[in-house]
Amino acid sequence: MATIAEILEEKTLEVKDFEFTYASAEQASIKKLTMPIAKHSITALIGPSGCGKTTLLRSFNRMHDLYPGNKYDGEILFKGRNILQEKEDLINLRIQIGMIFQKPTAFPMSIFDNVAYGMRLQGMKNKSELSDRVEKALKDAAIWKEVKDRLKHDANGLSGGQQQRLCIARAIAVEPEVLLFDEPTSALDPISTSGIEELIVELKERVSIIIVTHNMQQAARVSDYTGFMYLGELIELGKTEDMFVTPREKLTEEYITGKFG
Amino acid sequence: MTHTQKRIIVNNIVMMLSTLSAIIGIGFLFWILGVLILNGVDALSWNIFSQEGAPPGYEESGLKHALIGQLMIVGVATFFGVPLGILAGTYLSEYGQQSKLAETIRDISDIMMSAPSIVIGAFVYAVVVAPMGHFSGWAGSIALTIIMLPIILRTTDDMLQLVPSTLREAAFALGAPKYKVIMQVVYRGAKAGILTGILLGVARVAGETAPLLFTSFNDNFLNTNMNEPMASLTVTMFNYATSPYEDWQKLGWAAAFILSMFILGLNILGRLFLLKKRGK
Ligand SMILES: Nc1ncnc2c1ncn2[C@@H]1O[C@H](COP(=O)(O)OP(=O)(O)O)[C@@H](O)[C@H]1O
Ligand SMILES: [Mg+2]
Repeated sequence: MATIAEILEEKTLEVKDFEFTYASAEQASIKKLTMPIAKHSITALIGPSGCGKTTLLRSFNRMHDLYPGNKYDGEILFKGRNILQEKEDLINLRIQIGMIFQKPTAFPMSIFDNVAYGMRLQGMKNKSELSDRVEKALKDAAIWKEVKDRLKHDANGLSGGQQQRLCIARAIAVEPEVLLFDEPTSALDPISTSGIEELIVELKERVSIIIVTHNMQQAARVSDYTGFMYLGELIELGKTEDMFVTPREKLTEEYITGKFG
Repeated sequence: MTHTQKRIIVNNIVMMLSTLSAIIGIGFLFWILGVLILNGVDALSWNIFSQEGAPPGYEESGLKHALIGQLMIVGVATFFGVPLGILAGTYLSEYGQQSKLAETIRDISDIMMSAPSIVIGAFVYAVVVAPMGHFSGWAGSIALTIIMLPIILRTTDDMLQLVPSTLREAAFALGAPKYKVIMQVVYRGAKAGILTGILLGVARVAGETAPLLFTSFNDNFLNTNMNEPMASLTVTMFNYATSPYEDWQKLGWAAAFILSMFILGLNILGRLFLLKKRGK
């Protein structure tokens, strides 16, 4: 049974006895996992490669539904409902729970159109409102200054770090409640990385954030809560400052002191 | 002789042989182009574009009928072949994926791609021309559509599959429904490749003769009614070039020249699109 620190803040998501099995897998990749996620905080998921961090993250926006045969069990509660139900409106869910990927995923269109993409999906057509919100999103993602003179240019002309911030702008433009980050800096240089980290910390004012990282320093720098996963299970969840100083599980201690992983 | 010396000598021999082969290959290409340009340009005149066919010996004869017929037959084939091919390719890549049905369609279309075009002509003769009782432009277009379809279908399929799946996932993650992911993101990512497929498909059918002999047949005068036999550059070229009349043979050269330049242009354009894409 995992050691889970008490979370005093309001929760945005609650994972309960969650299991996940890939279509091609013999056994579950996530096993009986229970985990609260605090609102307006940053929760980091750490653990050795293959322990199920990405699998858990992609369950929050039902990304696994894109490929046939994957199986969810248990509950993930969001706004009082279990989002794993068949009848869940995935489009609506994904508008509220956004995702940033490991490699930047700028669409093959202009910078402006990239950021406007989600808003246009929701039917926003008014030009001045669109450009106001694009500007705001780009400012919030700290990339406005670099791109304001070339909004009509192809987004693929930007550097990796810029593209990742563009993707963040695109995700926050639709004002989601939760943002999921899957190792968002693993493809970036150190300077871009610290820029993205600062940005993530600023964003928690408005969104709840879950970030998967294989970098423990990063977890320690940005997160309020850290969950340590091992072999598809949550071993320990606690306040980040406590967990890195006084982990309560032996396995956690061994992992953060670099004995394995 | 040391091992290294031996290696250097073998290396040089192989290099010489392959360079020689390349020169022979390119030599033939330029020979063909040279003969074509020499005879073709010589045969070109304003009459080629403004006059229809005429009996041998007439001053005023040209290829207007064949040019217009060619454009109509290929145009109609493109009009049907391109959307059908793109939709079918989209099904394979985005919906069928690795399913049995999709793999079967891929296999069949690969077989169709290597089927001799004269067989397709005979098929269309049997199912369209024979029941209708006469040759027609429509029948020609149908034959060319069938030849074009697998080319466009397979390039679309391949090019869509080259679009990274994370790009699709990113669009889904913003709440896009599947058809919008495909139309707004995946197509854009594969635009250059699909265009190349279309151009190569059109270039391929534009040079077809055998299937047209069975379907649209020929007409020595201008006809714009797709329901009747129709002239094409290729069949006209075949008829004129094999005739004993010198002025007709000249027209045959002109037809060959125009057709080759058209197809060469399409091929170059298609490759430019791909280069532009890779260069990014
Ligand atoms: N598409 C898949 N199909 C089958 N098994 C998978 C798939 N993706 C991941 N897995 C397996 O699920 C487990 C968890 O993987 P993942 O969530 O990617 O780990 P992490 O992100 O922590 O490195 C691993 O054992 C991995 O092999
Ligand atoms: Mg991962």
